[in-house]
Amino acid sequence: MSLFLILFYTFSFLAVYVQVFLLVTFFENRKKIFIRSEGITLQNYPGVTIIVPCYNEENVVTLTVDSLLGLQYPKDKLKIIIVDDGSKDKTWTVVQKYKNNPQVILLKKENGGKHTALNLGLEHATSEFVGCLDSDSSVHPEALKRIITFFDNQEVMAVAPSIIIRDPKNILQYAQRAEYDMAHYTKKMLAFLEGIHVTPGPFSIFRKEIFEVMGPYRKAHHTEDQEIALRMHKYGFRIEHCPDAYVYTGGPASVPKLFRQRVRWIYGFIQNVRDYKGLFFRPQYGYIGMFTLPSGIISICGTMFLLVFMVNQLYNFVTRKILQAQVVGFDPFANLHVTLDPFFINTRAFLFVSIILYILVIVSLLNGRRMIYGRKVLSWDIFLFIIVYTILAPFWLMKAVWNAIFTKEPSWTLERDYSLKKL
Amino acid sequence: MKNDWKKYIIVLFITLGLFATAGGLSNFFADKKVQEMRDIQNKLATDILSSEAQFALLSELSCDQDEGGENLSQELNELAAKIEYSERNLKGNDSITELKRYYSILEIKDYLLTKKINQKCGKKYLPILYFYTTAENCVACTKQGYVLSALRNKYPDLRVYSFDYNLDLSALRALLHIYKIEDTKLPALIVNEKKVTGFHTIEEIEKLEPMIKKLLLKENPIDTKTEVTQ
Repeated sequence: MSLFLILFYTFSFLAVYVQVFLLVTFFENRKKIFIRSEGITLQNYPGVTIIVPCYNEENVVTLTVDSLLGLQYPKDKLKIIIVDDGSKDKTWTVVQKYKNNPQVILLKKENGGKHTALNLGLEHATSEFVGCLDSDSSVHPEALKRIITFFDNQEVMAVAPSIIIRDPKNILQYAQRAEYDMAHYTKKMLAFLEGIHVTPGPFSIFRKEIFEVMGPYRKAHHTEDQEIALRMHKYGFRIEHCPDAYVYTGGPASVPKLFRQRVRWIYGFIQNVRDYKGLFFRPQYGYIGMFTLPSGIISICGTMFLLVFMVNQLYNFVTRKILQAQVVGFDPFANLHVTLDPFFINTRAFLFVSIILYILVIVSLLNGRRMIYGRKVLSWDIFLFIIVYTILAPFWLMKAVWNAIFTKEPSWTLERDYSLKKL
Repeated sequence: MKNDWKKYIIVLFITLGLFATAGGLSNFFADKKVQEMRDIQNKLATDILSSEAQFALLSELSCDQDEGGENLSQELNELAAKIEYSERNLKGNDSITELKRYYSILEIKDYLLTKKINQKCGKKYLPILYFYTTAENCVACTKQGYVLSALRNKYPDLRVYSFDYNLDLSALRALLHIYKIEDTKLPALIVNEKKVTGFHTIEEIEKLEPMIKKLLLKENPIDTKTEVTQ
């Protein structure tokens, strides 16, 4: 067996192991998963502050703030702090329309990065709960109430929502929608394992006291939402996931934008994992160190290996074809009779291992959709997701790993500047 | 939450079970493929026996009675393609080597029969013996394989008999001895009893044996015209 095949089976085994682990968790806990389609009434409504950090978001910030103002939550209990992080566009002018709204506080500062905007918001927050909503996202009117119900458990210190891609318009966004739907399932299973590794920027809600214990947000390689979650695990704080708290976000519409976003996320993951390596394989931290973080590393290494594997296969194929063309000329129909004979279908074990892996991925996605929409939906975007991510993911992973090795930090503001230029 | 070690173990066994299923399915299909090749081989053996019996009767019958020669060529070619594919894709399966040995014997038997038919009835088929090696990465052998496949497609009455130099088979050793084939000079071709070593293009082989063109003339005169003008 070649080294390539040994590595292929090793990574496949680990990937199947991770997916089976999640599936077993699903079967153990499936009765605890519920979604609420009707409006709910809480016995008491604790104070909540939502911080909206903005940088060059003149086109989308009102959508975000209006959706927050539309939340089914008592107005005197909900504060919105908009922090303009030194935008170069008209964000500050646009948000002036809320200056007379008693629920809204407007703050402006020099550009310092998202974490500084969040920390300024935290300084002005006085409520029991705080959250953040990236200014390219909007929320379902019932989302906050649904999240707050999870805090009935006093051990729960943060609740992550379900993020859905808003109005997908192109192949890339449909692929992202499928990816996000799968992430709901993964996140919920990690919540059952108490091993969630990220409290997403869009609408994760925290008990404010944790910031008093752990300190404010950190720069954290522009992925402060990952760092805060890992820090919470270090302190033994529990993170939950509310599947029916829907948050809608605009997924990057072009390959370069998606590429930048993913490089930032994965770079951040690698660096944060490096910063929190103390969590790794330490049973006292539960599943975060024994399962979630190792799974993330396996996924990065496995996907990169997949690229090398595919390039190697492609190289061998092309070399064979070139050699053949040099000798007898190029004839695409030369081996048609061979291709049509089922005998020549490759039935080696790696075909079946790949099928098992893809089935597990599709099952994850269907479970994610069932959790969110109440029913399993098998649609064509699943295949778009598999195709698009198989092609693109290895490249942003390689770039992120490259950046992590040579410490080239990607920028949150650069993503926004880039969007601005495109607009 | 504390780690549930039992769960880690259970998941490990489920994953091992899935991999065992993948391996089992792979073996099941490999066995089916081997069986399919055995079936072709058995049919081929019967066909060669039948041809031999037919040839024994030829002294009493006309040479026109020789039927099924083309089918035999196709069967040999099909089996060759399947064995070659299986060699690459079913590595470690002992049945493949066994099939290959038996196939080589059938090739030798068919080669001898073809020679006899040619002597008795005049040149009907052109046999080419092709010796290659799998013991090392022989790029020239790969290239020669492409050339012979193309030739086979071009001239259906061409009988290409491929032999792996490294196959442990006494009949093959005898053939290697007769034609003085050396492992340092592979690929080697015996085209109508003429030996050439190293890689040869389609044109070179056609020049080497003008009878190939005659085979084409017999098969498709219109195409030949085009071919000749080229």
